Amino acid sequence: MTRTSTPVDAPGADAWEGLVTTALLGTARRTPPGAAPGPGAPAALLDAAAVETVRRRAGLRPARAAERPQPAPQDTRPPLPSAAARRLAMLLADRPGPSGGGRRGTAPDLTELLPQWLAAANARGFAPPPHLLPALLDVARGRTDLRPAALEFAGPPALWLARLNPDWRFALRATPGGSAALPQPEDDDRVQRLWQEGLFAERVALLSALRSREPAAARDLLATTWSTERAEDRLMFLDSLRAGLGPDDEPFLEQALADRSRNVRATAAELLSALPGSALAARMAARAAACVAIDHLRTARPRRPGTGDEVLGETAGTTSATEATAAMETTAAEAKGSTGATGATENTGAPTTVGATAAGKATPTIAVEAPHECDPGMERDGVVAKAPAGRGERSWWLGQLVEAAPLGTWSRRLGGRTPQEIVALPVADDWQGELHAAWCRAAVRQRDAEWSRALLGDPSAPEAGGPGAVSLAERAKLLGTLGTAERAEWVAGFIGTHGLSEAFQLLGVCAVPWAGPLGRAVVDALNIARDAGSYPWSFSGVMGLAERCLDPSEASRLDALLAVPDEPENASPGAGGYWAEAFQRLVTTLRLRAAMAEELGAV
Amino acid sequence: MTQQGVRWTADQVLALAPDAASRKAGSKLGAAGPWSEAGCSDEGRVWGLCKGSGSKPYQTVVDLADAAGPAYKCTCPSRKFPCKHALGLLLLWAADDTAVPPGQAPEWAGEWITGRRGRTAAKEAGERSGATSGSADPEAARRRAERRAERVTAGAVELEQRLADLLRGGLATAEQSGYGLWEETAARMVDAQAQGLAGRVRELGAIPSTGPGWPVRLLEECALLHLLGQGWLRRERLPDGLAATVHSRMGLPASADGPPLRDRWLVLAQYDTTDPRLTTRRIWLHGTDSQRTVLLLSYGAAGRAPELALPVGLALDAEVCAYPGAGQARVSLGEQFAPPAPAQIRPPGMTTSRAAARYGDALRDDPWLESVPVTLDRVVPVPDGDSWQLADADEDTALPLSPGARSRPGLWRLVALSGGAPVRVFGECGHQGFTPLTAWPEGPGDAVALC
Repeated sequence: MTRTSTPVDAPGADAWEGLVTTALLGTARRTPPGAAPGPGAPAALLDAAAVETVRRRAGLRPARAAERPQPAPQDTRPPLPSAAARRLAMLLADRPGPSGGGRRGTAPDLTELLPQWLAAANARGFAPPPHLLPALLDVARGRTDLRPAALEFAGPPALWLARLNPDWRFALRATPGGSAALPQPEDDDRVQRLWQEGLFAERVALLSALRSREPAAARDLLATTWSTERAEDRLMFLDSLRAGLGPDDEPFLEQALADRSRNVRATAAELLSALPGSALAARMAARAAACVAIDHLRTARPRRPGTGDEVLGETAGTTSATEATAAMETTAAEAKGSTGATGATENTGAPTTVGATAAGKATPTIAVEAPHECDPGMERDGVVAKAPAGRGERSWWLGQLVEAAPLGTWSRRLGGRTPQEIVALPVADDWQGELHAAWCRAAVRQRDAEWSRALLGDPSAPEAGGPGAVSLAERAKLLGTLGTAERAEWVAGFIGTHGLSEAFQLLGVCAVPWAGPLGRAVVDALNIARDAGSYPWSFSGVMGLAERCLDPSEASRLDALLAVPDEPENASPGAGGYWAEAFQRLVTTLRLRAAMAEELGAV
Repeated sequence: MTQQGVRWTADQVLALAPDAASRKAGSKLGAAGPWSEAGCSDEGRVWGLCKGSGSKPYQTVVDLADAAGPAYKCTCPSRKFPCKHALGLLLLWAADDTAVPPGQAPEWAGEWITGRRGRTAAKEAGERSGATSGSADPEAARRRAERRAERVTAGAVELEQRLADLLRGGLATAEQSGYGLWEETAARMVDAQAQGLAGRVRELGAIPSTGPGWPVRLLEECALLHLLGQGWLRRERLPDGLAATVHSRMGLPASADGPPLRDRWLVLAQYDTTDPRLTTRRIWLHGTDSQRTVLLLSYGAAGRAPELALPVGLALDAEVCAYPGAGQARVSLGEQFAPPAPAQIRPPGMTTSRAAARYGDALRDDPWLESVPVTLDRVVPVPDGDSWQLADADEDTALPLSPGARSRPGLWRLVALSGGAPVRVFGECGHQGFTPLTAWPEGPGDAVALC
């Protein structure tokens, strides 16, 4: 108040200024106003200053009000029930503990529950209590994974607040339509101006927002300035077309295939290959089909280790030696002709035992003929010519061709077989890993559930747990293309056979809360792990997931696990106690989640 | 009067926690999982068994109705009061009617409660008899007080001399001499048993580094220090009330011997200030009948939370006794007639102009007063350059926020609560500006603590 208020009267202010000046200089140099010089001068100065100080303070008046901000927009959602509001305050107040410690005690990890609390609150459409908005914004600032949910829940008043505090500017950028500057799609002038003059982040936000509502308009907007954008920006803009991708986008993407930047070309090719009807997909299908065919006369057999080139030589040799070219559904010569490796047909030397194979015992086998070169056409369609270190370049090219070819190609190409039948076919000459991995990538990219199902196979098959043709990471991605129930069922079957040690990634893609059979499979497997005598922190990842994902109604089934068991002879020392602790935390967390859900009325 | 059996809110429970770590640990125990045999009684007792890492559960009992604030008992080895089990139990009690049902205390809890009541009664009786025995030798007590007064007088004279030296040489030299000079002077005042002077002197040392305008602030504080010293040296000639104020400002001990005032006291705010030696807790209470706003002070040794904790939004039916001195808000808490319980009442508010005038009036009784407690009604937090102010919704006047309040997270809670609309705000209004401590939305809603 002191600084902004007007003094009671001007002479008082003058007197005070005089006193301050005298005090700064010292009474030895300057006699205070109205006092005699000498030893009494400092006391006289202090007397006068005391009077003035109290007088100045007593005479304080309020300042003039500054310009008032626009009132915050009303949040029309119903307010949070009071119990849920208290829970939220508690979740927000909890800071993640020192994560270095391996032992986590029996208490639930509250910060890990915030994401699902927010999801439940958003699903019910509640509005937060206003005084918790700062804490919500702080959490969203610190954890980008929580940002979308936290900002959705925080609602319009939080954006009003964020405009007043520079720490929360991120909220204005992060929310489509959140920035005051982000115009409606109908407002053509403002869209154009922002697109022409905005900052990069604003332009990305604008493009994404527009794309989510009018995909074609967004593409057209991008096309207006495409040639003048920087390469990194082109890449980001192109990436935002991923949402709402459709056949209409093909001409634009085709044009982007000729881009100066390799990353832009690769992204354009990837987007095009996700459009099964595109010309690029058709070109890739033709290239890939030329490399893969059914060989009816082959018997699959273990092969001695060899490089891709040896494989080629032998395939060619076999073909000519048995003179069974016509039996193949594709002519190897055609493939070779296209790749210009006709010399291989002359390679008739060293006939092998294959020639002696009895035709009656032959099973249909997939023969693979990897491309011999990466021609400019392939490169233009996004095939990366240079293989990473340690990979044969021909198998590298093959992988890219098969990955980008529409999966529908294969049924036609391979005798009308279903995906299951195709995946079950033996593959000649060690090509199985390469081929199946490429099909997996294609199934994920094209979100093809039938192929995914075929490639995943039976969860209880022995090779499902081992390092098979399809890695766990690929399996997890394949599972993502299936429906939630099917996904949970497959993972439950997997855990039932193979235990938990490999299951973490797979569990991560299952819908929360876990379906009944899946939850039971996880709990049973944890129980088995405990009885096996290992320490619980070997399973801390799965434990943490179980705390967050297990259906809270399973809590009662866990009661039997809470006691400290008798230690079996081969158990790690003290493991029983730690397991009891871990299960206690699991049960406590489940109860807490049940309480949270109940408070939000989400049961 | 106070509703029996009304449960506290979780925020109010958490306000009891001695530190952030306990708050966190306690919140984690505030779920039904580890608890068994929990229950509560209408007289404000809560008990329960908490499953810990050992085989035997901890026995936790809380007595909320104690005259000296809530009392806790737990068989866990923690030396914190309350421990995380007590906090967890209270949180569970606050959140869940079914997990902590009303009932009869089990034997182990009942023993402690009756034992404690017995001890408290014995202590009170002992104090009463002790008070009489203490005054058995009034002559000796008077001599002790006289000796102390002489030392304080010597300290005041010395300080006057040092102030005179400073003013003779000029305040400009204070910027160079820095902290050391003031620390040494403060130590001399401690020797002289003039704690009030020592504290003020120590603060003088920090002023030259507070940025532009420091000479004004330093002169103000020197002048008020001089005023206090002069007041002490001439205390015989002052009116009784002002003499008592000087006495208390000098840091001399006094006892709360004012007449007991029974009222329904609403807890307006509770906050701690810490310095390396001491944690000071201030609790503002508002009497719903007397319309008086009074201050409870409670102290904790370095790094420890003061024992008394009264969460915002509770009301307690109790007696308070004022400390002597004109214009002094400090009281001591006397007998409590019921456990503190949540209440929906709010203090009446005023405009910013009235609040400023109230501070001016209060200076008449106590010129050393930094601020007065006031409740502003219908004010809007408004950004003003780098700072903020609270502007009247219906007038063109505003109080700037004090420098300390600008950087606190509570400011943003206040702004968020308001959303540009008028709110009611309780805080301290003084020459530095307004420090908001608690706010209420204009519509229905609980008090929001801002400190």
